[in-house]
Amino acid sequence: MSKRIDVENLNVYYGDFLAVEDVSMGIDARSVTAFIGPSGCGKSTLLRTLNRMHEVIPGARAEGKVLLDGENLYGPGVDPVLVRSMIGMVFQRPNPFPTMSIRDNVLAGVKLNSKRISRSDADDLVEGSLQGANLWNEVKDRLDKPGSGLSGGQQQRLCIARAIAVKPEVILMDEPCSALDPISTLAIEDLISELKEEYTVVIVTHNMQQASRVSDRTAFFNIQGTGKPGKLIEYGPTAEIFSNPTEKQTEDYVSGRFG
Amino acid sequence: MSTASLRQPTSSPSPAGRRPTLTRNQKPKWLVPVIAVAAVVVGAALAALVGFSTALWAVLAAVVFLVAAPVAVSAVEGRRKGADSLMTYLVYAAFVLAVIPLISVIWTVLANGVPGLNSNLLLTSMNGVTGATDNAAAAGDGPVLGGAYHAIVGTVSITFWATLMSVPIGLLTAIYLVEYSKGGWLGKSITFFVDVMTGIPSIVAGLFAAALFGLLLGPSARFGFVAAVALTVLMIPTVVKNTEEMLKIVPNELREAAYALGVRKWRTILKVVIPTAISGIASGVTLAIARVIGETAPLLVTAGFATAINWNSFSGWMTTLPTFIYYQILTPTSPTNPDPSQQRAWAAALILILIVMLLNLLARLVARAFAPKAAGR
Repeated sequence: MSKRIDVENLNVYYGDFLAVEDVSMGIDARSVTAFIGPSGCGKSTLLRTLNRMHEVIPGARAEGKVLLDGENLYGPGVDPVLVRSMIGMVFQRPNPFPTMSIRDNVLAGVKLNSKRISRSDADDLVEGSLQGANLWNEVKDRLDKPGSGLSGGQQQRLCIARAIAVKPEVILMDEPCSALDPISTLAIEDLISELKEEYTVVIVTHNMQQASRVSDRTAFFNIQGTGKPGKLIEYGPTAEIFSNPTEKQTEDYVSGRFG
Repeated sequence: MSTASLRQPTSSPSPAGRRPTLTRNQKPKWLVPVIAVAAVVVGAALAALVGFSTALWAVLAAVVFLVAAPVAVSAVEGRRKGADSLMTYLVYAAFVLAVIPLISVIWTVLANGVPGLNSNLLLTSMNGVTGATDNAAAAGDGPVLGGAYHAIVGTVSITFWATLMSVPIGLLTAIYLVEYSKGGWLGKSITFFVDVMTGIPSIVAGLFAAALFGLLLGPSARFGFVAAVALTVLMIPTVVKNTEEMLKIVPNELREAAYALGVRKWRTILKVVIPTAISGIASGVTLAIARVIGETAPLLVTAGFATAINWNSFSGWMTTLPTFIYYQILTPTSPTNPDPSQQRAWAAALILILIVMLLNLLARLVARAFAPKAAGR
């Protein structure tokens, strides 16, 4: 599992408004790539175009190519639902299904699609996914309790377990730690480092220390002003972006002298 | 400015010479109760001047209290507290005014209905009950025969058909409006027409159903299903509006979470959105049923009136509890002795209220069974 993503000349729109302009970048398989930049620069928007979640918003569309191991996600005849089952997503706020137990939340991708699964296979999948999300030991005795009864950090790991239970190639994370305390954040960051053994991980974050801690490569996005589109300013190995950026804007941002 | 001068006001004298500032100007605890008692006494005196009656006494006492208490509080605690107490007491008064009719209705129906509530009423129809039997009952020569069983059957079956038709239509319309229309012209016009439908007088809905089946089956087409169609017209807008509101408050995050797992839109709606909103939808449906179960006018023109039991909604006239009550009061079975008829009418009214309460209870149980699980850490 895990595939590489190549973005070619991608323009992302909300109606007539160009939100992200002309992005081209390559994301390696089995690596962690961080998107950083100021609010409103389009990094979350770009992330959502990578699994065709962007077009869920009325009027939103994208032009250009996103290649998953060479296959264009925006090609004619591509089923966005199939794309989303290959590229999972974890959201900013933990959003377990409130009507389901912890076990059912993990199995949601299977059960909501009414796929048949034997009880022992389901048990294995639940245990494997929860262990993959470092949550198994905390919840193994209360799998039938509602997922909304967990703490925020546990809920977010439950959401990660739910995402990896459908066995995606890529996992996208949209500021997964911004609603969590430092200890839960640490748990998620450790988890991200483990996930990259098997998956391609793309993470949007506002926390530059987090980007430098977890990512192999970092992309810096910026916006010239309100109403202007966001652009990819610099993309490279994380160490270089933070210690020796080539662009002045990047240096200002990562050193806190932005604006 | 030093930090010391920030902490202490420069004019502050020694604390011993001043009243405690945080608790000054408080009304004594006995003030309001004493005014209340005084208002009751003064109200009684004023009422005696005009001509005493309990209602007048209560009104006058309330008015005296509503004037005196805020004035007294205002004098002790200042204008702001006075206005606060005036508004508080006005809100209480409004609440009491609103509850009086409710309690009065429940009390009257219970007082008049319970004596007539017996096995005869629940298990027999009016078939064969004539003025003679009622006269005999009034004279003390026998029990009050006849009952509302046929009306209960009619109410349950007509409401059942109406619910069976309006809930799927209403539910699917609401799903279209919230999940699919995306603010298009079709969605906007549906919303507009649903709003218009909410305002349709019930007799117009009855005439619509009667005319529709008159066209299809001839002018004398009256049976339970025609009435159910009339009630459906009345129920659909309520179901749509309630369900729409419930679907709107399902957080978008849940839909996105399902999409991100590669779940199709219709499955997301069926298995995530509707289960999350089901408790609200269930109570909305109950409200809609409660709205139509008491309708009288549209049933008279669509289902007619019968004295015998009729389980078949597709043939023969049918009686429901409201039309039963209407006929028992307006045309008593024995014109010379209307008491047995009135007793049956009140008992039927009590049954109608009980059915609505039972439906409410049922909806709550459904809601509890499906509601999002409470946090059980």
